[in-house]
Amino acid sequence: MQPILQVKDLQVSFQVRGGEVKAVRGVNFEVGKGEAVAIVGESGSGKSVTAQTIMRLIPSPPSIIKSGEIIFQGNDLTRKTDKEMEAIRGKDIGMIFQDPMTSLNPTIKVGKQITEGLIKHQNLSAKEAKEQGIEMLKLVGIPNAESRFNQYPHEFSGGMRQRVMIAIALACRPSLLIADEPTTALDVTIQAQILNVMKDMQKKFGTSIILITHDLGVVADMCDRVVVMYAGKVVETGTKWEIFQNPQHPYTRGLLRSMPRLDQKKNEKLIPIIGTPPDLIKPPAGCGFCARCDEAMRICEQVDPEVTQLSDTHMSRCWLLHPMAQEVKSS
Amino acid sequence: MSKNLIEVEGLSKHFDLGKGRILKAVSDLNFQIREGETLGMVGESGCGKSTAGRTILRLYEPTAGAVRFNGTDITKLSGGKMKAFRRDMQMIFQDPYASLNPRFTVTDIIGEALDIHNMAGSRAERKKRVEELLDMVGLNPDHATRYPHEFSGGQRQRIGIARALAVNPKFIIADEPISALDVSIQAQVVNLLQDLQGRLGLTYLFIAHDLSMVKHISDRVAVMYLGKMVELADSEELYANPRHPYTQALLSAIPVPDPEVEANKERIVLKGELPSPINPPSGCPFRTRCPIATEKCALEVPALVEVQKGHFAACHYA
Amino acid sequence: MEQVDEKNVVEHLKPENFQKIGVDEKQAEIIQRESLSAWRDSWERLKSNKFAMTGLTVLILIVIMAIIGPMISPHNYYSNDLYNTNQPPSADHWFGTDDLGRDMFVRTWMGARISLLVGVAAALIDLFIGVIYGGIMGYFGGRVDAIMNKFSEVLYSIPYLLVTILLLVVLEPSLWTIILAIGITGWINMSWIVRGEIMQLKTREYVLASRSMGAGSARLLFRHLIPNAMGPIIVTLTLTVPNAIFSEAFLSFLGLGVQAPIASWGSMINDALTGWMYYPWRMLFPAFFISLTMLAFNIFGDGLRDALDPKLKK
Repeated sequence: MQPILQVKDLQVSFQVRGGEVKAVRGVNFEVGKGEAVAIVGESGSGKSVTAQTIMRLIPSPPSIIKSGEIIFQGNDLTRKTDKEMEAIRGKDIGMIFQDPMTSLNPTIKVGKQITEGLIKHQNLSAKEAKEQGIEMLKLVGIPNAESRFNQYPHEFSGGMRQRVMIAIALACRPSLLIADEPTTALDVTIQAQILNVMKDMQKKFGTSIILITHDLGVVADMCDRVVVMYAGKVVETGTKWEIFQNPQHPYTRGLLRSMPRLDQKKNEKLIPIIGTPPDLIKPPAGCGFCARCDEAMRICEQVDPEVTQLSDTHMSRCWLLHPMAQEVKSS
Repeated sequence: MSKNLIEVEGLSKHFDLGKGRILKAVSDLNFQIREGETLGMVGESGCGKSTAGRTILRLYEPTAGAVRFNGTDITKLSGGKMKAFRRDMQMIFQDPYASLNPRFTVTDIIGEALDIHNMAGSRAERKKRVEELLDMVGLNPDHATRYPHEFSGGQRQRIGIARALAVNPKFIIADEPISALDVSIQAQVVNLLQDLQGRLGLTYLFIAHDLSMVKHISDRVAVMYLGKMVELADSEELYANPRHPYTQALLSAIPVPDPEVEANKERIVLKGELPSPINPPSGCPFRTRCPIATEKCALEVPALVEVQKGHFAACHYA
Repeated sequence: MEQVDEKNVVEHLKPENFQKIGVDEKQAEIIQRESLSAWRDSWERLKSNKFAMTGLTVLILIVIMAIIGPMISPHNYYSNDLYNTNQPPSADHWFGTDDLGRDMFVRTWMGARISLLVGVAAALIDLFIGVIYGGIMGYFGGRVDAIMNKFSEVLYSIPYLLVTILLLVVLEPSLWTIILAIGITGWINMSWIVRGEIMQLKTREYVLASRSMGAGSARLLFRHLIPNAMGPIIVTLTLTVPNAIFSEAFLSFLGLGVQAPIASWGSMINDALTGWMYYPWRMLFPAFFISLTMLAFNIFGDGLRDALDPKLKK
């Protein structure tokens, strides 16, 4: 499968008083055509910074792309000028954000916000754009789309606003949609609606999706492949079956174990991951997860592990997968 | 069976928004919490669960109804007596960033309750108690002189827990204590709450929107919708055998972190959105989104009745 | 942790490298960054702002000179010397003399004392009346707020100059009359700022937490709410103080303020008006210092606002 997006050795830092926060420390992953890839990780893992860097939405300074390439449809996005990026954003890559309250402009009618992109990127006439805009609103499941078209964002509820955001993001049929925690601010029953809309859209337009989330339930429901990030690095990637049924990194295992499940027996204790993520102003010398890992070995504090390829699709970054670790364990 | 520690009777809280508009945040709640038990309270935003918690602690004055703590109706108590009761009932808040005064050190945050109730004789005694509490919640006592913004979200939430424990309460309302935290941290806080319950014999009202976590921590679970309680049952029973159509939809909407379950799941996706609590539907509050609603539901308000021993539901067809 | 040569370790991996060390729960919670209070953080930010620090330095120098200036000169501010009137600056009279032969250097710094005294008085009035009045409005809200707010609006609608002139009908013009006039109306702006701030802060969860522990109104107001409103309060002060200083100078210039022989920058400029073409230094020194003080206050206040509330800074 030809990937439409390849992120290669991406490193992003933030300049703050007192030093440099190394938010993304060498990230590699790719997204295939029509594929839904989840990036999971906790706050500070670098997942949102990675997504926003792909869109080039973080102001620089304070952020600096230290190294790496973002190859989208054969072009390196890190080398594009701001002007060139403007032509790509909205047209080839769409984005939805966590907070549907603040990501719509409150002073502009919803319809205008949808047609703006259509007129700008696809050279449609105002009338054609309006027709397509209303069509989009219908597709994302907004009732009375014709009259809703002329309303302002505050007249929509949170879930409806998120539908509008999806309509805007997909209006120009981008080949990639980046969704940054699109359902985190919504209630579960509304979340279920929004996830359905996203799945429908993906099927209809064949859009590739990068879904940034911390909710492994949403991942299991929506995505084909999973990228697990921790402390600015990708610690494990694989298909969702590999990640959920055969996790190879202690962090992934810990995440899965620390979540309660509805089918779990009562009084079964959760197994938390202890401690807090490292401060990336001074990243640890060895593995970033070492200080919280109950399987940590001496080597883990000394040297950061390399990638171990476990299958065509499954890789993990952990010293436990080194042949010698197995030997020591069994002896 | 142990005795009831908290008895809530007909509790309502309405906010007057002016111009004749009244927001009925909570209407006619009736339930008990037994000593040493954890009652979970779930519902979506705007269902009144946080207002209910705050009204029980009299952070909001109730519009109607009574809250009995060990038999005493605290809604009728005057200032001085109420202050004494506040030692027995504490609260843990949702937002670990907003719930700690940014200008206080950790010692002062935790020590404040000791000052208010004159529970520390000397500065040394106060310091010792604060360090003891920090240790109890698994924080390094050396960090007592630091400020809240230096801690991570999970650590701040522990500071909030230590503050609540300072006065040796019997009853704690945990108002969405983990929803602002990362997954890997949530389990830490939940385990801590469970440990403390075992060690100190605490009674909890655990308010949350995360149903799987509520099921995990609670003995019984109450489901709220639009200011009303629609179902109440033992947690195992509620999850295995939900009777109210809203509870059924809520349970099916939770994405489970298991692709196999997700692949085979038939999800009930509710239509529409939560009606406004200023202008709630007539009859059953859920009828506008309910897949099985009939004419009767628009006319009659279903009462919360015992449909099975210990299992209450407010639905004509439960 | 000891430094290790990564390359060496990787090239010569030994079984002992793979010994399990597990995890230390206490160690995992240690905070590494240096402890920093919110105030220290603001101070660090302020220190890195060169403009603001220049403003602060100028203000400190003016304060020092107001204290020691009159002492280091052999002259005093009131003695006439009719043989040495209107002298230009010289080794004997550093800033020259005025039309009565009084030493301008000493008079300038005496004027600074008056200005600073007015500034301090305005600040105290702002803090004691404005902050408390605003705090009570914001904290209690409802009817208390409505009545107190109406009262302050009525006071605010009376022009400051009118208040002063009305006061002068009953009282002698003096420094204290000016301070009284400031006391009547000067705190209103502050009270509105504090009111708005407290209304926002009182819904914060830490305030609820304190209430749920049984804290009374006084504790909530003075321990939680007002300290957290300190940023806007200080910024407002940096605007009130130069305003008050300027008002005093202006009223003294009109002859409604301090009376001879006491020197104020305003009255000195007024005195200098008659011969400013011939004796420009008589106007230049007080005018320069009043401008310098205003400027210093403004740039310092600006920097302070940025330092206390980084959100405002783009």
